[in-house]
Amino acid sequence: MNTSLILLILAIIGIAGYVTGARYSMALVGGISSKLHSRPGYYGSFVAVWAILPAVVILFVWLVASPIYISSSVRGAFPEEVKTQSQAEQGLSYGMITSIARGMNALTGDEIARVENNPVELRAALGAKGVPLAGDPQPFMVKAAAVLNRMTFVSRILMTIVVLAVSIGGAFFAYRQIAPRFRARNRVEKVVLGSLVVASSIAILTTIGIVASMLTEAAHFFTAIPAWEFFFGTVWDPRFAAAGSGGSEGQFGLIPLLLGTLYIGFVAMLFAVPIGLFSAIYMSEYASPKVRSVAKPLLEVLAGIPTIVYGFFALTTVGPFLRDISSQLNGLVTGDYANFIQAQSVLTAGFVMGIMLIPYVSSLSDDIITAVPRALRDGSLGLGATRSETIKKVVLPAALPGIVGALLMTASRAVGETMIVVLAAGVAARLQINPFEPMTTVTVKIVNQLTGDLEFTSPQTLVAFALGITLFAITLCLNIYALYIVRKYREQYE
Amino acid sequence: MNMMSESAVEKALDQKMSDASHKMIGKDVSVYYGEKRALFDVNLNVRENTVTALIGPSGCGKSTFLRCLNRMNDTIENCRVTGKITLDTDDIYDNNIDVVELRARVGMVFQKPNPFPKTIYENISYGPRIHGLSKNKADMDQIVEASLQRAGLWTEVKDRLHESGTGLSGGQQQRLCIARAIAVSPEVILMDEPCSALDPIATAKVEELIHELRANYTIVIVTHSMQQAARVSQRTAMFHLGQLVEENDTDKMFTNPDDQRTQDYIMGRFG
Repeated sequence: MNTSLILLILAIIGIAGYVTGARYSMALVGGISSKLHSRPGYYGSFVAVWAILPAVVILFVWLVASPIYISSSVRGAFPEEVKTQSQAEQGLSYGMITSIARGMNALTGDEIARVENNPVELRAALGAKGVPLAGDPQPFMVKAAAVLNRMTFVSRILMTIVVLAVSIGGAFFAYRQIAPRFRARNRVEKVVLGSLVVASSIAILTTIGIVASMLTEAAHFFTAIPAWEFFFGTVWDPRFAAAGSGGSEGQFGLIPLLLGTLYIGFVAMLFAVPIGLFSAIYMSEYASPKVRSVAKPLLEVLAGIPTIVYGFFALTTVGPFLRDISSQLNGLVTGDYANFIQAQSVLTAGFVMGIMLIPYVSSLSDDIITAVPRALRDGSLGLGATRSETIKKVVLPAALPGIVGALLMTASRAVGETMIVVLAAGVAARLQINPFEPMTTVTVKIVNQLTGDLEFTSPQTLVAFALGITLFAITLCLNIYALYIVRKYREQYE
Repeated sequence: MNMMSESAVEKALDQKMSDASHKMIGKDVSVYYGEKRALFDVNLNVRENTVTALIGPSGCGKSTFLRCLNRMNDTIENCRVTGKITLDTDDIYDNNIDVVELRARVGMVFQKPNPFPKTIYENISYGPRIHGLSKNKADMDQIVEASLQRAGLWTEVKDRLHESGTGLSGGQQQRLCIARAIAVSPEVILMDEPCSALDPIATAKVEELIHELRANYTIVIVTHSMQQAARVSQRTAMFHLGQLVEENDTDKMFTNPDDQRTQDYIMGRFG
């Protein structure tokens, strides 16, 4: 019986358990539901939970554990000469056995008997059924495949029986527990609470897992390249990883990338902060509800545009425009029509990223400004302050910590942004301060180092993890600091 | 001729006296929130150097009327005011009147203490600064001290003028807000249930303060507490369902009101 059919049967048992549980609880009190400790639905849910949850857990544990067990016992029965081979070769043999086993299921008993002792014919017969083999099978493999098939079959049957038995047994056990004063609601809510905890810990565990994997890979990198060369090196020249040679030492200086990241982020904030803040002030303080209800969603549409779209907007429109206008300006002033702004430059990337960030700044600040209590505004207006005095001297100072927090969060987005800079900032890792020249960022270099055919042993590839963990540390610090500020600000009004 | 002029002079004097004693005059004041009418043709005069209490059950329009007196209703979307309100002789809803100037003359203290999240000093100096009432730092110090003294808060806070105003207790915060209103030297002070968020001791202090302020200011106070109205006010106006039911001397109002509804409300039969 296959897994989805088992799950379907479990669902049916669960539903049946729910209905009978609910009905039985009502019958116990003669239809007067107020005599029950919990609503009838909770008794039903209690039965359903017992019918489904333990069975599903056993099902999944079985599905994970049985292949491991079968594999180890099949490998244990390998002939001695195979056992002396390397792990990789044994793995290949086992892979072939699983293929044969899969193929033999497609053959009839007669066919098996005919080809069993003839490896070449067996290979041809399996090929005809759509199961290609890498080489001619050895006799022990055919036997092992038969064992494998048998064990898999037995395991399936056992699993089906056990799971269904547990499900029905669970349902029956729960059904027996039902009594008018039985606290079904508390039990069911505990299960719900448990599932909420599981859901939230999945996110946390994933984060921890990602960080751990980045850390181990970065640690590999730092065994090849000293940490101080990476963190304080001013030249980024990783060279190419020549497979097998191992001698092509590149230079992995973080400084040019980090400065590029911060520089482009800074230019982006230069555009995004004033525009975003002004629009937030307009939205929260001046705009009539009608204007606000139209303009605010429109502004937030900007946030929904994929950043790759901003990227090619920068590449095909903004970059060439800046280049052309700079050459025109240069021509008007000096007579020499050479452009002084490159199409791919810090300015292009910063400007387009700034546009991308506007909705974040404005939407976050808008919420924070709106959260300033109306009483403060009234107090100021009641003293004869004008609207703009009220905003400048009371509302904004009160909202300032929150706004700073919002800006820090936006900055961490700017630091982590990839697609815009890949397309608009260039890939040259240079240490310079002219905003009209291309620079590159940490994220761009991660993309560079991880595209193409890779071997995850050379420092050229592993450096991506070191870059990634550095970037993560920066954005994490920014976010933590921002959260700290925002929380402090909230306390003021509670 | 002589007779005529004499009676004319007398009439003019009468007129002048009644004008002088009426700091603010509301005539046929109606307020609409969108389609909903909140106030129906209220005629109510506010006498100079008098505490006028506005009482009535919740939603009767007393706060709405109060907020008309310094046009705070302007800050509410789709609120419309009709009728005429004068301050001295100026029609405050006239186009020539600057609402900012009006609010400097008619200050307001709110239901919940709302000190700005700034220092005590900055809370007081905020108003004088935006209206340019002081020439230099010494001048400002003077204003701050005088305002705090009038509000009876000086001795309590003089050592921590540069600490946050939000760190004071509720009652102190409310007196800080009163001091803040006084600092702008208004002619009229409007108070919207100034004690509803305070404990009895703080309430007593604020009431005492209102009593003293009466000498220099005209005060209009909205209150839910009959006792408070009786204690602090000289004139009382009773609102019900958006209408002015009765306006009278406080003593008369609480002993022998003209209107049955006032009697019922004061006796606690409704509201």
